[in-house]
Amino acid sequence: MTDTLFTNAKLINPEGGTVITGALGVTDGKISAIITDETPHPQARETVDCDRKHLAPGLVDLGVKVCEPGERHKESFGSAGLAAAAGGVTTMVTRPDTDPAIDNPETLEFVIRRAREAAPVNVLPMAALTKGRQGREMTEIGFLLDAGAVAFTDCDNVVADTKVFGRALSYARSLGALVLGHPQDPGLSAGAAATSGKFASLRGLPAVSPMAERMGLDRDIAMIELTGARYHADQITTARALPPLERAKQNGFDITAGTSIHHLTLNALDVADYRTFFKIKPPLRDEDDRLAMAEAVQSGLIDVISSMHTPQDEESKRLPFEAAASGAVALETLLPAAMRLFHSDHVDLPTLWRAMSLNPAKRLGLPCGRLAIGAPADLVLFDPHAPFVMDRATLQSKSRNTPFDGARMQGKVLQTYVAGHSVYKRA
Amino acid sequence: MTFTHRHLLGIEHLRQDEITTLLDLAEDYVTLNRATQKHGDALAGLTQVNMFFENSTRTQASFELAGKRLGADVMNMAMQASSITKGETLIDTAMTLNAMHPDLLVVRHPHSGAVDLLAQKVNCAVLNAGDGRHEHPTQALLDALTIRRAKGRLHRLSIAICGDIAHSRVARSNIILLGKMENRIRLIAPPTLMPAGIGEFGVEVYDDMAEGLKDVDVVMMLRLQRERMDGGFIPSSREYYHRYGLDAAKLAHAKPDAIVMHPGPMNRGVEIDGTLADDINRSVIQDQVEMGVAVRMAAMDLLARNQRALQGGVA
Repeated sequence: MTDTLFTNAKLINPEGGTVITGALGVTDGKISAIITDETPHPQARETVDCDRKHLAPGLVDLGVKVCEPGERHKESFGSAGLAAAAGGVTTMVTRPDTDPAIDNPETLEFVIRRAREAAPVNVLPMAALTKGRQGREMTEIGFLLDAGAVAFTDCDNVVADTKVFGRALSYARSLGALVLGHPQDPGLSAGAAATSGKFASLRGLPAVSPMAERMGLDRDIAMIELTGARYHADQITTARALPPLERAKQNGFDITAGTSIHHLTLNALDVADYRTFFKIKPPLRDEDDRLAMAEAVQSGLIDVISSMHTPQDEESKRLPFEAAASGAVALETLLPAAMRLFHSDHVDLPTLWRAMSLNPAKRLGLPCGRLAIGAPADLVLFDPHAPFVMDRATLQSKSRNTPFDGARMQGKVLQTYVAGHSVYKRA
Repeated sequence: MTFTHRHLLGIEHLRQDEITTLLDLAEDYVTLNRATQKHGDALAGLTQVNMFFENSTRTQASFELAGKRLGADVMNMAMQASSITKGETLIDTAMTLNAMHPDLLVVRHPHSGAVDLLAQKVNCAVLNAGDGRHEHPTQALLDALTIRRAKGRLHRLSIAICGDIAHSRVARSNIILLGKMENRIRLIAPPTLMPAGIGEFGVEVYDDMAEGLKDVDVVMMLRLQRERMDGGFIPSSREYYHRYGLDAAKLAHAKPDAIVMHPGPMNRGVEIDGTLADDINRSVIQDQVEMGVAVRMAAMDLLARNQRALQGGVA
C-alpha cells in the first residue's frame, strides 16, 4: 500500500519539462506512483490534498557553506539544516572553505557525522582540492572520495599555479572525481569589492573588470582540454564568459556551469550606499549581465543555480564596505528569489527545477531531482504566488546576512519532505 | 535658508542652491578671517571632535581653526595611535565617542563609505573630511569658492582636472560639484590613473595635456601619491613630469588668464613646476588654503543651525 498520496497537486517535472495537475504516491521513501490522467488513485495510509499548489523535487543546492568546523557561531549543521528545510532544499552540497579547510579524511568524517546528527536534510560534503586550499599540494583525493566527498574545490581560492592545478585535475580525472573551479583571474580580482564601472568609480571602491571571469574560465577550459577532467564552474556571472562556455560545451568537454541566485536577481546598483549585505564574491554585476545570465539559464547554457549560502555574523558585516566580509545567506530565499525569474517571464518553472534540482543531482550522480517512479521522495510543496515581505529576523540560519531583508517577494514553501518524511511545515 | 542636511557626507547629496548658500555664507567668513578680531560665536558651547584615521596636517588644522574661530571646543583624536590598533571596530569607536555627546564630528578614514557608516550610528552632525577614494566635500567646496572669487562665476567655465583621478576623492567631489554647477569638465591623465566607466561621467577625457588644456579657464592639478610613482601605474616620476607635470609650456595651451590650482601637499617637479606653483599671477594655491577655513566654518555653522532646529531650539 502507498504510504502517502499527494492529490490535487501541480506536479513540476523537470525531466519532461511539464507542469501537470495530478497525484503522486510515495512508498518506502520513494516515489511509487505518478497519476496525471483518469486512472484511479491507489489506496494510501495518508492523503495530502495539495489544494492545487505546486509539488516539485526538493532543491539540490550545490555550494552551501556550513561553518563547521571552526565558526559554529555563524552556522551549524543544525541551523543550516533547518534553514534548508524551510527553503525547500532537500540536499545541501557543502563547501570545504571552513576553518580549518575540509582537506583530509578525518575532518571529512567529522563533518559527515555532525551532518547526520544535526541536519534534517541530506548533506553531501565537498572536499578541498589542495591542502589548506593553499594551491600548493593536492589533497588525498582518493581517500576523500572513499570517505564520501562528492566533489573537490578550493572554492574562491583560485589555484593560481597551473602546474599544481593541472596535476590535481589529472589525478582527479583518473578517479572520476568532479572538480569545481572558480573562474576568476586572481591577479585582476585581488582586493576587489565591486565590479568596475561608473558605480564603483563613483563610490570609490576597489573594483575588478568582468573580464577577469572570462580570463579565469578561458584558462580552466584550456586545462580541461589538457587533462580531460570533469569540471564544473561554480559561478559564471558575466555575459562575456558565456561564449567560451558555449564553445567548450560544443567541443564536447566534460564541463558544466553554475551561477548564484543573487547574480540572477540583483545587480551592482543594489549596493547603493555601501550596503555590506550586498557584498558577495564575485561582486554583483551590471543589469546587462544579470539579464544575460537569466537568458543563459533558460537556454540551458548555465546548468545550475546555487544559493552560494555564506553565513557571516553582524560583526564581519558592520564594517566599511572594503573591509566587510563577503557572502550572503540564501538557503531560505533561494526558492522565493527564483520565483522572481518565473514571475518576470525570464525562466519557466521546469527549467528552474532543472537548474536547482535535476542538473546538480545529475552532475553528482544522485538519484534525486526527478519526479519519476523509484526516485527518492525528496519533495517541496510550495505556492509560487503567495506574497510576503522578507524579514530577516524570521530566518532559521544563525547568521541573517540576507540582501533580501525588507524585500517584497512571492513564493512560499509550504512543506518539505526528505525520503517521504516531512521535515518542514509552514505554521 | 536652503540647506537642510544633518551631515555633510558628500557633494552627491547637495543641490545647486545648497552649494550656493554654503559658498555665500563662506564669503562672510572670509571677511571675518581677514579682520583683526576673528571670533564668531556660531558654534559657542558646542563640542567638535576631529577623528582622523589617516594622516593629515592641513585638513585637520583647517577644521580645527574653523571650529575655534566660531567658538567650539575642539578635540583632535589621532586614531592610528588609539583604539584602532587595539582591534576596536569603527562602530565601537563611534559609539564610545557618541556617548560623550559631541555636536560635530569631523572624520577622515582610508575606506570609502566609512564616514557614511559612522554617520548612521551617531547622533551628532558628521562632516566627511575624506573617505578612501570616495568624496572630500569640503575640498570641492573650497575649490569652488576659490574659482568663483577668481573668475567671478561658477558656471559655464571650462575646467581641467589633471593627474591621479582614479585614486582621488578630491577629483570625484570636484567632478560632481562642478558638474552640478554646469561647467565643462575635462579630465587629463594616463589611462592607468583614469577610473573605469569614466565615459559615463559626463566629462571629456584626454590622455594628452596639450590637447586637454586647450582654452580652459581653470587647471586643477592632483597630487600623485608616492606609492604610485614607481612602475605600478606610471613608469617613473620623471616620465610623468615630462608628460603630465604642469609647467609654463603646457599651461600656455590654456586661456591666458587661466588659474592654476592644487589641493596640496604638492610634489614639486612631479605634477607641478615649482616656479609656476609660486607664480602669484597664475597660482591660487594659497587662496585655496584660505578659502578652506572659511568654507569649513560655513559648513559647520549650517550643520549646527540644523541640529539646533532639530532639537527644538531656534535655528
